[in-house]
Amino acid sequence: MKRRISDEQLVELVEAAIFVADKPLSRKQLKETVLLDINVSDKRLRDALDTLSEHYQTRGVKLVEVGTGYRFQACASLSPWLSNLWQEKAPKYSRATLETLALIAYRQPITRGEIEQVRGVTVSSNIIKSLLERQWIKVVGYKEVPGKPALYATTRQFLDYFSLNGLDMLPELPPQQGEKLDQMLDDPSVREPSE
Amino acid sequence: MSDQPAQQKLPLAFLHGEAVLEKPEDLYIPPDALEVILETFEGPLDLLLYLIKRHKLDILELPILSITQQYVQYVEMMQDMQLELAGEYLVMAALLAQIKSRLLLPVHEELEDEEDPRAELVRRLQEYEQFKKAAENLDQLPRVDREIFVARALMEDSEEPQMRLPDIEMAELLLALSDVMARAKTFEHHQISAEVLSTRERMAAILQFLSEQSEPVEFTRLFTLSEGRSGVVVTFIAMLELLKEQLINCLQVAPAVTPASAIYLSLKLQE
Repeated sequence: MKRRISDEQLVELVEAAIFVADKPLSRKQLKETVLLDINVSDKRLRDALDTLSEHYQTRGVKLVEVGTGYRFQACASLSPWLSNLWQEKAPKYSRATLETLALIAYRQPITRGEIEQVRGVTVSSNIIKSLLERQWIKVVGYKEVPGKPALYATTRQFLDYFSLNGLDMLPELPPQQGEKLDQMLDDPSVREPSE
Repeated sequence: MSDQPAQQKLPLAFLHGEAVLEKPEDLYIPPDALEVILETFEGPLDLLLYLIKRHKLDILELPILSITQQYVQYVEMMQDMQLELAGEYLVMAALLAQIKSRLLLPVHEELEDEEDPRAELVRRLQEYEQFKKAAENLDQLPRVDREIFVARALMEDSEEPQMRLPDIEMAELLLALSDVMARAKTFEHHQISAEVLSTRERMAAILQFLSEQSEPVEFTRLFTLSEGRSGVVVTFIAMLELLKEQLINCLQVAPAVTPASAIYLSLKLQE
């Protein structure tokens, strides 16, 4: 027999659970853990989360939904001051790492060879290894070509780290000047004069 | 002070119909300047992009001659300095030379369909530039512990009962030890027998079983529990092999409903 609780109690419980959990909590996880023996419909849970989100609108922390679920995080506008709490600054990532990550994020699933094709250089094993260790990327399969290379894709933890709710929230891929290329090829005058 | 109007500077040249008044300072990069930026390139495409931007040119106008000269100069300098030169740089130098030589060839009428030799390189440069920018954008995104700080609360721990470990008697310790010894004894002798259950055989059996069914079969139905642990393991390995060889499908219906929703197996239909 499942227990019943009031809407107010539900909001309190959900709030506390998200605050004390080590990781973001999804609605599914909430229902399977803290709400396991409590009678709560999906709609009521969503309403409770909406209530919480509204409640925190005017506070220093906000309820946000990221890749793996809900978490509270400090308002972005406060970051310049908050960052002084820590002596160590957040790590900087090399261009090689960021370019590799960008290719995996926008072109997933992608093989290492395909990444190298675009970047024009070998992708060092360390980069792939550290991205895997950070759990920002994972192997999602193997391409049906000779050598069966691994296909990489980004993870939900990657979304968490950049506070994104989904891949569609990534900044748009900068446009290529494709039309102009065709023009160039059609225009014989653009051809380099031979000496 | 004279009030005569300032004389208009004479343009040095006209580029794309625009007057160029000042000598561009970045027209040419002396090789020793390149030395400084040696390490900062992410490869030949990155270096080419840099050279093109320094010329304030469009990728699409890829001026093969001047770019090739500068590029080769850079590569030679790297060799002079006996720096380990990534092979990719040499490949690019060869490609540039090849494009240059193809551009010098007269264009045959009948070969008009032939693509501009620069096209492929231009395409790659565009694509690389696109992802170079995308990487920069990614770097700008707020990140955890840089712009985003996750809020957390602690559980009040005074509520938790304090565990006091009882003192242990020597006799009990010895008793526990004898238990361990007894268990260890059972591992002393191993009898090795030939493998009774073959994975290949089991794979065939599963395929046979699945082909007789009209509908996907629930995962657990494929196990024969009376075969014991080793039987279960062999069946499972056989399933994995079949999945790897793409001979069967494995699916789970609505995994969101319950944590252990049933898994179904079916034959993969051959085209």
